[in-house]
Amino acid sequence: MSTSTPSNPPTQATSVAPAHSDHDDELVKVHWLDRVPGRGNPAAWPLGLAGALVLIAGTFLSWSYTSDVLGDLSVNFWPGGVQICMIVLGLVALVLLLAHRGPLAGLGAWLDTATSVRALGLGAVAYMLGALGTIAVKSGGIININPGGWISLVGALMLAASGLMLVSRQTKDPLFAKTSSWLEICTIIVLMALVLFGAAYALDVGDGASFVLFLLFVASVAWGLSKAGVFTWIGLISQKNRQVLMLGAFAVAFLFPFTQGGSDENMSIATQVLIFAATALGLNIVVGLAGLLDLGYIAFLGAGAYVGATLSASAFATIDWKPPFLIVVLLGACFSALLGLIIGSPTLRVSGDYLAIVTLAFGEIFRLTMGNLDGNNGPVLTNGPNGIPAIPDLNFFGFDFGQPHVIAGITLGRFANYYFLLLVIAAIIILVFTRLNNSRIGRGWVAIREDEKAAEAMGVNVFGLKLFAFAGGAFLAGMAGTVKAHHDVSVTPDQYIFLESAFLLAAVVLGGMGTVAGVLVGATILKLLPEKLRFVADYRLLIFGLVLVLMMRFRPEGLVASQRRKLEFHEDDEELAQRIEEVHLEEAEAKA
Amino acid sequence: MTATDTTPVSTPDSSGAPILEARGVTMRFGGLTAVKDVDMTVHPGEIVGLIGPNGAGKTTFFNCLTGLYKPTEGEVRLLGEVIPPKPRAVVMAGMARTFQNIRLFANMTALENVMVGRYCRTSSMALTSILRGPKFRREEEATRARAQELLEFVGLGSSAENLARNMPYGDQRRLEIARALATDPKLILLDEPTAGMNPQETKQASDLIFRIRDSGLAVVVIEHDMRFIFNLCDRVLCLVRGEVLVQGSPGEVQSDPRVIEAYIGGGDDDEDDDAAGAAADPTKEEQQ
Repeated sequence: MSTSTPSNPPTQATSVAPAHSDHDDELVKVHWLDRVPGRGNPAAWPLGLAGALVLIAGTFLSWSYTSDVLGDLSVNFWPGGVQICMIVLGLVALVLLLAHRGPLAGLGAWLDTATSVRALGLGAVAYMLGALGTIAVKSGGIININPGGWISLVGALMLAASGLMLVSRQTKDPLFAKTSSWLEICTIIVLMALVLFGAAYALDVGDGASFVLFLLFVASVAWGLSKAGVFTWIGLISQKNRQVLMLGAFAVAFLFPFTQGGSDENMSIATQVLIFAATALGLNIVVGLAGLLDLGYIAFLGAGAYVGATLSASAFATIDWKPPFLIVVLLGACFSALLGLIIGSPTLRVSGDYLAIVTLAFGEIFRLTMGNLDGNNGPVLTNGPNGIPAIPDLNFFGFDFGQPHVIAGITLGRFANYYFLLLVIAAIIILVFTRLNNSRIGRGWVAIREDEKAAEAMGVNVFGLKLFAFAGGAFLAGMAGTVKAHHDVSVTPDQYIFLESAFLLAAVVLGGMGTVAGVLVGATILKLLPEKLRFVADYRLLIFGLVLVLMMRFRPEGLVASQRRKLEFHEDDEELAQRIEEVHLEEAEAKA
Repeated sequence: MTATDTTPVSTPDSSGAPILEARGVTMRFGGLTAVKDVDMTVHPGEIVGLIGPNGAGKTTFFNCLTGLYKPTEGEVRLLGEVIPPKPRAVVMAGMARTFQNIRLFANMTALENVMVGRYCRTSSMALTSILRGPKFRREEEATRARAQELLEFVGLGSSAENLARNMPYGDQRRLEIARALATDPKLILLDEPTAGMNPQETKQASDLIFRIRDSGLAVVVIEHDMRFIFNLCDRVLCLVRGEVLVQGSPGEVQSDPRVIEAYIGGGDDDEDDDAAGAAADPTKEEQQ
């Protein structure tokens, strides 16, 4: 069996070769995996199979003596949520192992199954240790762990050992995989359904420990599948079927409130995530496309919110004009854009660090101004630090956003109503972003980001485009702000502090500059984690700081990177460059 | 070519009004006079060479021409109009340039690079781009077609989808020329277009410049490679310490003892060395 040759042939060849110069030293380094005892042992594969089966079998038995830890894990043959995760992981591992050798070997030719099983196995061990540790700590002793838990842990360890012993083979590049389009579309739909289900489940999980375990599970499976090369393939098919993907993503987002059964608890988090994400997408135009570092972006959201509040029917609103909401949205957006123009026209002549400092100062000026327009130091506009409370809910043609509505037997609460409105706004921002990106203006922006001087020398209106990016981004943020005012009920200056700007920027950088999906992911992570995990909320600055440092070290292009950006940061990756060029060529051929 | 050797203003080619007319251009940086009282005239369909030892002020003069610097004294007229001291306005007026050290948009494809060059000749604004009206589609289509055409003109038709950063050095030089051509210039300024090229690539570059000239453009070239410049140009200016030393046909400039002296030095060197030998000196001036 060629799959179980004693060692990785190329590595072995180089390790035998004598070192001629310091240049060769790198080649001589033996990969740490090759030092694992029993590496390439033919028993690795059956061990893995057995491990996966034991892991699954363990989940059907009781893990915990007490029934109040991590949901209820004390019933035999009735796996709880925490256990079901391990069943899924075990099944994925089984499929991968059967693809490594056995009935699914055809599939295995495309996937780096060994590395993937290793990732899954290590993830499963971490998960089991976390779960058993939680049970032991919370219910007062290791004694409370029932045999099922130990069995699953042994299974996970077997799986991990097998993964370490398996040797990866040469795989075919997924770029050349020919799959029928219905399979691709089905994959996307299934993926979307999984995202919807996963999101609903994750938000539903009550205690922090279960939530962390669920994240660990998702991370291990994602890590395993990405090691196998599945995500490369998914990335490719989603590029091919972009419309299906967009529609699917929108459908999932649209259907999400229907999974909540009228509960407002999760929907309020979801709306906050959406507001945050919509604002981050606007910032993405400024930072990701035009390359302007804006540290005061939250002020534009605030400007929109204050316009929304002062023109609302609140008893504390200071302006006695109550136009319809659509006009308020436009006014808020335009006011924001105007602020962008005012702050941008003198400062966009400076670049880089200077711009960052000026925008940072602008954010503070905005907050302080809003906190002082209370009649003592100026006109009564914002009621100072008290803000404008009691902003009534929106009402579109009799559709009251404050009241629950029943659609198809499912109750949709107040936050679900706002959720749909924000979804529309997010969709508008995404549309503006992608269309501008693929146009003359978008090319100009990218050119400025790449080399400002050359862009100017090629006739690109550098200053005008920068100003437009600034004002356009502000416009979109202002639009989101007007909705935020009604959603939050009150608008106060302390909602728009520098920290919020920093988080917006972190969402853009963490997710991947210049991409829509990346920023959505980044915004979701940054907003969801503190909501679900109180300890993250307490230490969120520490944790995000650490995460950002780690990201800059290991994945500077962001979680979801545009492939171009990936190249920018990993210059020496010639193979990747080659592949991207091939894709470009293929696309060009397809267009022709 | 009937130019008398050293007169600063010489208009040998009397084929109509000059495209570019620089008069008494002087550029001072504080106490340093980088360019002093330089006159230059370029006529339609002409290839003018600009040579000079390192630090002679060639690139500074280029930057004055293209609006990157505003000359301390003197004026530059393009098609009879004084050029505005803004690079973008100069491009709009019909003068494009390339850079001594390649300045492509590294993470854009070759095609996109050239499409950026079309920016100043297109007009789709934000709303059209977002709504994707018929005008947008038409213009986008035309931009793409023109960019592809230009890539084929410089011989890069097959690498349209390659990222600029991954292209070979010689191709990057040609891509920069294509990008400059995309702005529909009347006059193109090439700053050391063959720097770092092998003889074969240099040959290709001079063929390309002849083809650009044949398409009706005027060309100004800065070069250190004497063989290249004397084969290529109709007229050559030799700049030394910011001043025009000699101006005339390649033959005249090549044989002028002052040029040889400027390149080689006082004459204690081997006098059989011609200027081309000295120009093979690999050190390049590092301005900009």
